[in-house]
Amino acid sequence: MLQFILKRLGLALLVAFTVSFISFSLLFLSGDPAAALAGETASGEDIEALRRLYGFDRPMLVQYGEWLFSALQGDFGESYYFRLPVASLIADRLSVTMTLGVCGIIFALLTAVPLGVIAAIRPNSIIDRVALFISVAGQAMPSFWFGLILIVVFAIQLGWLPPSGTETWRHFILPTIVLGYYAMPAIMRLTRAGMLDVLNSDYIRTARAKGANETRVLFRHALRNAIIPVVSLAAVQMGFMLGGSIVVESIFALHGAGYLAWESIARNDLPTVQALILIFSMFYIVFTFLADVLNAWLDPRMRSS
Amino acid sequence: MITAGTNDSLLDEITGPTPGQMLRKRIFGHQGLLIGAVVLVILTIIAILAPWIAPHDPYAQSLMTRMEPPVFLGGTWEHPLGTDHLGRDYLSRLIYGARISLLIGAVAALISGVIGTAMGVAAGYFGGKVDAVVTFLINVRLAMPVVLVALAVVAILGGSLQVVIGVLGLLLWDRFAVVMRASTMQVRRREYVAAAQVIGASTPRILLSEIMPNIANNLIVVVTLEMAHAILLEAALSFLGLGVQPPTPSWGLMVSEGKNMMLFEPWMVLIPGAVLFVLVLAINLMGDGLRDVTAPENRS
Repeated sequence: MLQFILKRLGLALLVAFTVSFISFSLLFLSGDPAAALAGETASGEDIEALRRLYGFDRPMLVQYGEWLFSALQGDFGESYYFRLPVASLIADRLSVTMTLGVCGIIFALLTAVPLGVIAAIRPNSIIDRVALFISVAGQAMPSFWFGLILIVVFAIQLGWLPPSGTETWRHFILPTIVLGYYAMPAIMRLTRAGMLDVLNSDYIRTARAKGANETRVLFRHALRNAIIPVVSLAAVQMGFMLGGSIVVESIFALHGAGYLAWESIARNDLPTVQALILIFSMFYIVFTFLADVLNAWLDPRMRSS
Repeated sequence: MITAGTNDSLLDEITGPTPGQMLRKRIFGHQGLLIGAVVLVILTIIAILAPWIAPHDPYAQSLMTRMEPPVFLGGTWEHPLGTDHLGRDYLSRLIYGARISLLIGAVAALISGVIGTAMGVAAGYFGGKVDAVVTFLINVRLAMPVVLVALAVVAILGGSLQVVIGVLGLLLWDRFAVVMRASTMQVRRREYVAAAQVIGASTPRILLSEIMPNIANNLIVVVTLEMAHAILLEAALSFLGLGVQPPTPSWGLMVSEGKNMMLFEPWMVLIPGAVLFVLVLAINLMGDGLRDVTAPENRS
């Protein structure tokens, strides 16, 4: 087990290192960050001054090494726009994104798992069909459009919930639904497939033959085993969701890290964008690592692969 | 004495339907696949014939006829779906928008399909170090937040159609690589591959004529899913203002432009979003249907 964890940890670190290099070099695609930063009206001298100021005149690898070295110490440089340290800027915004991510995954699990279980107990029933419809529609639903519809219906027509902002918990309800719905289809399909699989297995037949009552069979025996892959999928989905929250945050004007990313991209604020890409990647890497370890802990067969 | 007629039916009973007949039966017996395919074909025809069926020029502005409502909300048949804030005919923009979405979806899926399939087949067939490298690259790619990276790169390079297609094509190869790697691993140990190796067939020949035909059905399924994915992502990028740029009639951009008028004219947001939803739903239904129809366990 320890060997498995160390191996996965090494791999995760290697992935993180590669991602950091790619996210750093991506932003040199334009060729000259100084020219992009100075704007179209800047003179050659202005651009040259900026280049010196930010050290763009040095080789890219040197710049990368320096950036990585400070990043490891928690220093991501200074935002071109806010003139503040990027690290504190992001730290301020991260709580909103984390809250949204956690609420979203809880919403997805609370709706998808019961639906998936019922769909598996009664295949081809109305509930199974409704669950299938919800999951097929969810995969085709543009999340920005879904969010706007929810705003029109629940915030404007009915006036039940605020359309945007972060002041109270009520502001998080609509964004949670939009973000959670994004993760729901996959979780529901996996729960249904897992339950169907487990319900047809020998040990369930044995439990039933022993005369265990149906509730006990379903929850103590079946769900406990079917839920294992769902838990790790949820961890992976959480990593995806945090990266995808940029769309949801922009619709509902939630001033989280995703919103900051959107603004910073539009403002050419390179240090902030680089740091955010790296941080969102790290979330995904950490969550998949946790999912792997959890899987191996719950299911020893996974440790060999 | 057996007549020719009964002889035929007897033969039918012994030989049964041919694989082709069975495949046709499965395809036409699958509702989702059929509905998805029909909708996709209709939308594709509309996209191709856009210049002939669009009632107006999608770029023609008219300050006299701004924000006219659709015909079912009291508008006129001159503009069946009304006009936008610049007086452009909404129906014509929707029709031309189908071209943008389908073009981006198809070309991005093609680019990522070539990259991902090459990586996945190589990893699955050669195993060992090649597999380790490809698996590592897949992990790196999955760790990069797609929306964020796409937005950043499009912002740097400029939001032209080519850039958006290129960025999506270079980002969405992960599922191709994952599925093709697993499929190739399953096929690699089959007897016909060993037979081809024994008679001295070259590696490219084995990959192209033994491996590829046997993993093609999985490939088609991933193509449809990634096409839907690319279409949704383009719409999201354009909605955020960092995808295809105005005045191009992209559906995501239309939703974004309608957003400002959402309070008074909700149809401006509802219509392009609904069309986008229907297109992606149709492609997904087709993909899911193809997976059901071509899955080996359904062949009995």
